[in-house]
Amino acid sequence: MSGVTRGSVAIVGAAESDLGAVAALMSPMDLMAQGIYRALEDAGLTLKDVDGLFCATTQARTSAMSLVEYLGLPNAYTDSTIVGGSSFEVHVAHAHAALEAGLCSVAVVAYGSTQRTVGRRAASAREYNPYETPYQPFLPASAYAMAANRHMHEYGTTRAQLAEVAVAAREWALLNPVAWEKKPLTIADVLNARPISEPFTVRDICLVTDGGGAIVLTRADRARSLKHTPVYVLGSGQSITHASITSMPVLTHTGAIESGRQAYAAAGVKPADVSVLALYDAFTLNTILFLEDLGFCKKGEGGPFVEGGRIRPGGALAVNTNGGGLSYCHPGMYGLFLLIEAVRQLRGECGQRQIAGADIALVHGNGGVLSAQATTILGAPATV
Amino acid sequence: MSKSEASPLATYLAHLKKGELGYQFSPSSNAAVFYPRVIAPGTGAADLQWRVSKGLGTVHATTVVHPREGAPYNVCLVDVDEGFRMMSRIEEIVPADVTIGLRVKFRVHQPPGDEDPYPVFTPVAQAGQ
Repeated sequence: MSGVTRGSVAIVGAAESDLGAVAALMSPMDLMAQGIYRALEDAGLTLKDVDGLFCATTQARTSAMSLVEYLGLPNAYTDSTIVGGSSFEVHVAHAHAALEAGLCSVAVVAYGSTQRTVGRRAASAREYNPYETPYQPFLPASAYAMAANRHMHEYGTTRAQLAEVAVAAREWALLNPVAWEKKPLTIADVLNARPISEPFTVRDICLVTDGGGAIVLTRADRARSLKHTPVYVLGSGQSITHASITSMPVLTHTGAIESGRQAYAAAGVKPADVSVLALYDAFTLNTILFLEDLGFCKKGEGGPFVEGGRIRPGGALAVNTNGGGLSYCHPGMYGLFLLIEAVRQLRGECGQRQIAGADIALVHGNGGVLSAQATTILGAPATV
Repeated sequence: MSKSEASPLATYLAHLKKGELGYQFSPSSNAAVFYPRVIAPGTGAADLQWRVSKGLGTVHATTVVHPREGAPYNVCLVDVDEGFRMMSRIEEIVPADVTIGLRVKFRVHQPPGDEDPYPVFTPVAQAGQ
């Protein structure tokens, strides 16, 4: 985002709510509140300090209104922009501007979903589209499946290369105590799993879990006096190329090309400077597309690029160290969890899965059906 | 802009009920527009004209959906020759045989009851087949 100052705000608190399968009758707002309580505790702040609320969930039409009521913060600056899973990367960009402009001084970005408990259909009802619904695409999977079909056709990307993304995510998840999946996964397991929308099997597709969380942002001067090392917002970018897959301009080229360009320019960073990546892996294809579109390999070479364990633990490039939406947690809109993991990596809190010396994290959110792309580049203090 | 006498969708459906695949064309941007709209995307021009496609196209991308119950079925994107893309399905061919590049021809599918008709496609017989 142009017009804001690199590093003028920082993430000072980050936490997940309960994840996986939460207690019966928990609401999305309960999970947001739980995440906010824990993130404020992490920051060394309290709810009385909060004057900015940024939130999204598919289970409340007016989520900022609901969250204001729940928390009892009638005068909070609010923003419930919703562009699917990347909403939270957009919220960080908006909070950056709002904090810098003095519209608020402590901003919380929150998410909550009980998708596993209430069912995927109930958690995010599909709007009727007269030009798509009659054909019964299994959305969002069928949209991504058709993009994968094009990628395989144009570049020779193989089924096994897609599966490698799921296997790498699983290996990372086994290093994350709070990850949903606990058992190893092989390429053959992925290929032989139940087909959903070809070329995808159920193992190419993100989990269906409950979950939520929050992050807390303040201006840099205040951030430096708080509990943890601040994680600075270096740059953001956003591009929305379409809403329905029929209108995606080029199925193999996402808006990450543009959102990444904006974020790299704002942050003064290039791909080689990035030490840890958090890419929105709703489907195995996503990781391949975003590695290409964000400049970590050439267009069309994402399949071979992920081979040989390059993105597994111990590989050359640290991608989705929490286990990703494929194996750690995916309550429907995963973007907040990307930010939480990036914060933990830059603080050095990731234990077995910590990337030594991580100082710049690239977070990339994806919303809809490859529709809304949003990139956030975060940095440790030495990078500001 | 004067009051719309018929919505874009109603006009599209009226074409389908006559057996036609209607689409819009914006002379000022020299481009086909689909799905039908009130103004042209990108330019905002209010010069959208209705045209009728010849109904020929090429499969751009395809998937086979495996429902929990019932037979697998095709969902695809078709690039229609007049320069627009639409979602559809290819009939009279097994779903797994639908491939990128397949030439296809439009026909109207009329669901039972009072549901609206919608376009589907069938493979065009190739020379030598």
